[in-house]
Amino acid sequence: MSWTKAIILVGGPSVGTRFRPLSLSLPKPLFPIAGEPIIRHHIDALVKVDSIREILLVGFFENEIFNRFLTEVQLSYPHVTFRYLREYQSLGTGGGLYHFRDEILSGNPDYFFVVHADIACSFPFNEFLQYHKSHKGSATIMGTKVNKEDANRYGCLVSSETGVVTHYVEKPQSFVSDLISCGVYLFDPCIFEEMRKSVLDRRSIRDEEDEYGNVIYKLSGNADVVRLEQDILRPMASTGKLFVYTLKENDFWMQIKTAEQALPANNLYLHHLHKQPKPGHTRSSSCVVDASQNSNIPSVNYQINTPSRNQNFELVPPVYIHPTALIHPTAKIGPNVSVGPRVIIERGVRIKNAIILDGTEIKNDSLVMNSIVGWDSKLGSWSRVQGEPVMPNQADKSKNASILGKECKVADEIVIRSCLVLPHKELKSSVHDEVVM
Amino acid sequence: MKALILVGGFGTRLRPLTLTLPKPLVEFANKPMILHQIEALSKAGVKDIVLAVNYRPEVMVNFMKKYEEEFGVTITFSVENEPLGTAGPLALAKDILAKDDDPFFVLNSDVICDFPFDYLAKFHKAHGAEGTIMVTKVEEPSKYGVVVCKPNSSIIDRFVEKPQIFVGNRINAGIYIFNPSMLDRIELRPTSIEKEIFPAMAAEDQLHCLDLEGFWMDVGQPKDYLTGMSLYLTSLAKKSPEKLAKAPYIVGNVLIDPSAKIGEGCKIGPNVVIGPNVVIGDGVRIVRSSILEDVKIRDHSWIRESIIAWHSTIGKWARLEGVSVLGDDVHVMDEVYINGGSILPHKSISSNITEPKIVM
Repeated sequence: MSWTKAIILVGGPSVGTRFRPLSLSLPKPLFPIAGEPIIRHHIDALVKVDSIREILLVGFFENEIFNRFLTEVQLSYPHVTFRYLREYQSLGTGGGLYHFRDEILSGNPDYFFVVHADIACSFPFNEFLQYHKSHKGSATIMGTKVNKEDANRYGCLVSSETGVVTHYVEKPQSFVSDLISCGVYLFDPCIFEEMRKSVLDRRSIRDEEDEYGNVIYKLSGNADVVRLEQDILRPMASTGKLFVYTLKENDFWMQIKTAEQALPANNLYLHHLHKQPKPGHTRSSSCVVDASQNSNIPSVNYQINTPSRNQNFELVPPVYIHPTALIHPTAKIGPNVSVGPRVIIERGVRIKNAIILDGTEIKNDSLVMNSIVGWDSKLGSWSRVQGEPVMPNQADKSKNASILGKECKVADEIVIRSCLVLPHKELKSSVHDEVVM
Repeated sequence: MKALILVGGFGTRLRPLTLTLPKPLVEFANKPMILHQIEALSKAGVKDIVLAVNYRPEVMVNFMKKYEEEFGVTITFSVENEPLGTAGPLALAKDILAKDDDPFFVLNSDVICDFPFDYLAKFHKAHGAEGTIMVTKVEEPSKYGVVVCKPNSSIIDRFVEKPQIFVGNRINAGIYIFNPSMLDRIELRPTSIEKEIFPAMAAEDQLHCLDLEGFWMDVGQPKDYLTGMSLYLTSLAKKSPEKLAKAPYIVGNVLIDPSAKIGEGCKIGPNVVIGPNVVIGDGVRIVRSSILEDVKIRDHSWIRESIIAWHSTIGKWARLEGVSVLGDDVHVMDEVYINGGSILPHKSISSNITEPKIVM
């Protein structure tokens, strides 16, 4: 009987800057999407692989950051061991793995998954593992097709009909392939041999010097910094050991780099959960409310002392509502809305395509659309927070969602349109297309 | 007594409202604009009213027949075949204006004020000269033609067009009274009363001026229409406060037709006019706006500084602001935001208009 591990590469505080202003208040891997931290979606999908026994988070955040999260997932999935392995400096996506190779190899797993934290995906890990077992390679990349014009923003793959990767190039200048890497991998333990070679290679590289011995090009750098994609996988292409598993039509995948990309990710996960609610998973907050069974909402979806006030509001699915949120019966919520714990939504409020984070209060007759409202914010009566709709994997930066950081205040009757607002700001007059410092 | 109202052309400045109704019939504070003038004239004893127009829409004729009966006045259309300026129409209507020796009023149809015609007539008769023009004080006289009087007198000395240095702050308010003899000064050709006739009268000391008390506004375009409406409501609050709406959800001066229906949890005002048969849903906020007849405003919408014309509907959670003007039968879908949109009649708006624009 074979067994598997999984590693989630969570990065560190210095890499999530594009996720500001939200990452100023919470590390990106823990940011809630469809009611769950981003990496909880990874874990919920990974534990569906029967042979998974251990899931490791690797990154360079402070240890305490993940304590509470690890406790929660450990309680949910007692048969899997969860641990956080902290790099004391950023070692690159491959360097972290190589540094912790003994931890990863302990217990002799047959395979291990490596998954980047900053993606939203349907994560068909079982099919992915089946495919990996079926070929003779030592590594499989999860790949997906994207629009031709968007492909050069990702790692591009060329493969044979049998799935052997014959060419790999990271962010090419010109068009190479519309098949790209999803940042999800499956490795045999022997991959560490490849890594060792790469590390040794790098150590042997000497800086390029001019005739006087001055360094022109610093190439040696820190030999422990190994980039998984460029330094390990790229050389493996064309060796016949690297394969690609291409996502199917009904799968989804997107990167979550910027804060506003949390919105399309929220939509995708809500639709996903709406179609296939997690079986046997009874955490009270993991419900996606389905309006088609409106009358059932309190009894079926809310597991703990649901406030009865949540029953009658107009709901357009898919929507996630935390059971501790209070929503006035005259409000209209959805589609594509996540409402966090202790949120208070008053009379006649309209919310769609939005994430409302913990403890936020929204006063009467206001509207929130294509926006994220940060923790413990307050929106006044007849206020309006809106943005432009954000598409998954959208490159166009001209149209923006509105993102309010933690503890922002929006005065009565004003409109905030396509703004990024840093935490603790009080907005007293209407603004649009601005970053509010 | 007699009066001539300078109506003029198609009222293009007040489009898209005037694409549906001629400007004199567009409601201002729940009454066609011209009715404010006809009412005030009839109160002052005027029996003959001439409307100087350069087109003659049938809809106007029908309305005027109604007013003739209601106020016991005779309303005559004086139709210019070519635009005659501001003086030419007086010559064209000479038969009526000079039919007796009583003085006659002349007023610009775009002007809204308290119309003190009695006082004006008394003042005019007392000084005995040929004409009197009403003047109003403005903050920035450099944008207008300023009226300068002789020292310690109401006799007008001269007119200074857009003065660069301060010569006074009184401007022509577009309301006059003249003796019929004045008509001898005007030929039947395009003529400006301000530039050609008044200076000649002033040169002979035949023109006096009289300060207009209270508010005055040229409401010929949407922004000024809303300002004029606010001033009118302020004046109404002083003169006939019983006409204004009183309810817990009302803020400031608000005029609501008794046939309008207002939902729960609304906050309306200050400076709002709501017309007949308007239906307003729950949780609606309206500030400084005019809602014309038969408009439906659905729940939770927010409207500021906008004019919403007849039969239009505003969807739930819509937001209108920035001098948005919706023509007849315009439909704004749920959740749409319109900032400074000028929407022509019979349009349906389903996407946001974030910067001022005209929707054809």
